[in-house]
Amino acid sequence: MRGRWRSADKLLTLGFSIGTYFLLFCVGAIFGKIVMEGAPVLLRSEAPYVNTNFFSKSPMTLHEFKDEEGRLLRLDHDEYRQYRKNNPGAVLLEERSISHAGGGILGPLVGTAMLVVLCMGMALVLGISTAIYMVEFARGGRLLSTLRLAIMNLAGVPSIVFGLFGFAFFCLSPVFPVLTTEPDWDRSILTLPVWPGGGYLSFQGWGSSLLAGGATLAIMVLPIMVAACEEALKAVPRGVREASLALGASRWTCVRTAVLPQAAPGMLTASVLGVTRVAGETAPILFTAAVLSRATLPWENLEGSGLFWVSNLLTQKVEALPYHIYIISGQPGGEAIDHMRYGSVLLFLILVIGLAMVSVILRSRHRKDSH
Amino acid sequence: MPDDAPATARAEEEAIIVIDNLSFSYDGGRTAALRGVTLEIQAGLTTAFIGPSGCGKSTLLRCLNRMNDLVEKAAITSGQIRIMGHDIHDPKVDVIELRKQVGMIFQKYNPFPKSIYDNVAYGPRVQGVRDKAKLAHLVEDSLRKAALWDEVRDRLDQSALSLSGGQQQRLCIARTIAVKPKIILMDEPCSALDPIATARIEELIAELQEEFTIVIVTHNMQQAARVSDQTAFFNMGELVECGETARIFGNPSVKQTEDYISGRFG
Repeated sequence: MRGRWRSADKLLTLGFSIGTYFLLFCVGAIFGKIVMEGAPVLLRSEAPYVNTNFFSKSPMTLHEFKDEEGRLLRLDHDEYRQYRKNNPGAVLLEERSISHAGGGILGPLVGTAMLVVLCMGMALVLGISTAIYMVEFARGGRLLSTLRLAIMNLAGVPSIVFGLFGFAFFCLSPVFPVLTTEPDWDRSILTLPVWPGGGYLSFQGWGSSLLAGGATLAIMVLPIMVAACEEALKAVPRGVREASLALGASRWTCVRTAVLPQAAPGMLTASVLGVTRVAGETAPILFTAAVLSRATLPWENLEGSGLFWVSNLLTQKVEALPYHIYIISGQPGGEAIDHMRYGSVLLFLILVIGLAMVSVILRSRHRKDSH
Repeated sequence: MPDDAPATARAEEEAIIVIDNLSFSYDGGRTAALRGVTLEIQAGLTTAFIGPSGCGKSTLLRCLNRMNDLVEKAAITSGQIRIMGHDIHDPKVDVIELRKQVGMIFQKYNPFPKSIYDNVAYGPRVQGVRDKAKLAHLVEDSLRKAALWDEVRDRLDQSALSLSGGQQQRLCIARTIAVKPKIILMDEPCSALDPIATARIEELIAELQEEFTIVIVTHNMQQAARVSDQTAFFNMGELVECGETARIFGNPSVKQTEDYISGRFG
């Protein structure tokens, strides 16, 4: 009897450990493959040790062909044009071009960075005000629990639904204004001339743009943001609030001058962690912000000045890393496009893991400070 | 507080704090933390609240500047408190104005994690004092009154948390003085301090008595006997006995008081 139990025990232990090792294997396989294939794209063996081309060019068409001597050449579009110019009469064999496989990653990198910054800004404002209301002002009861339930539910909504919501709400609905010299008269429900310079404040929706994408991502990160901000506020000792109120501060003054300064590091840390989660999302920006490819960086060749420049900057579509990866994954092109795939994915992983590590370090430092 | 004539007239004939048949509950009225407490506190006197843990003395103290507003479901179930002639739960009474008149020192010293200067200047700044010279004067004056000036005059810009526990508590007292209250409530101000720091705070209380009406909650019988003019003894949410400190400690009229003071319970 005892012997049988012992063998059942052993069998179970074996089963559990196999499960664990399988998990380890998966992690190892994913990271191993990506690093093995991606590192040669990002790095170089001689100074400056990084592939500067990959970081300084935006994605472009790759041209693959054999020259007269039968050598296989793969040239980015700009290099290809140079080559044709230098060798006017050259005969190219087996020529083919593969879109998005050439160049580098600069455009998507810049686009994602801008989206993340916008998302973080908007999510912080919304998240902090919601959390302040819930922790400091709301008087318990049903409203508060309903509010919490609603925010929790938000966390369970599939990302594509956020994408569609963002598209309908931020891009199309004309409640959101843009500053422009050429309003879209068909869509605008209200167009106010702005002095001076002949510009308009036009309520025509943000369209597919940085603003709309950032806002959609912000809504998506809200559940994490609100929960984290709430926690940060609750971690401020009651004595601090009492001290402030006993000195004749109003509720808001108390929050502003005594509670928020102490909760701020925790909130910021949490927001970085939250943003890490949404920075990698493709679906929310699919309709709201992302563009397949563009020739310029967002701030290049922009018209207008001052606020108009800012508005123009924020109302354009951008390339974004996750969308770029999505596109080149489905792109035919075989091994010619592999370097772009692995390079993009590795860089993306490094970015997201880096952000997560920053937030973890910030949090542990913050915890140490507060104890 | 609205300065209407009848209230002012009443204030002249009335004690600075009048607690009239007050009952208080933390759970919406099911169990009473205070039952029918009636007590008068005269201006300029120091009153000690004593009694065993959970007797309601801190609760009563926190009622006096409406600190209990922060606690959900906590509310007065009957009776009223009048301070300087005004019912402090009257909707017309501005709780911020009340708290400027009735300052509070807490059991656990709780300076803000700001500089020493900013801690003392907090109250005046909240009230809108922006003038630098005026602020500096107020800070120095308050720190002097709290007997802390000589120890911190050279490091006003250092964090308040770098001070010792006793200094932090005196800083909290300075912070309260800077708001210029009429009444200062002290909720076991020495319970987190060592005997030497405690002695300094007691000295300080003796000095502050000349300017402020002080109400102090304490677990320390000797402290109550040393610092107060009048003593109120609470038990189980009720006021058992109140009177001149010398009489309460020398010749209490209720057996319960005598038992508590002589250490037979509590």
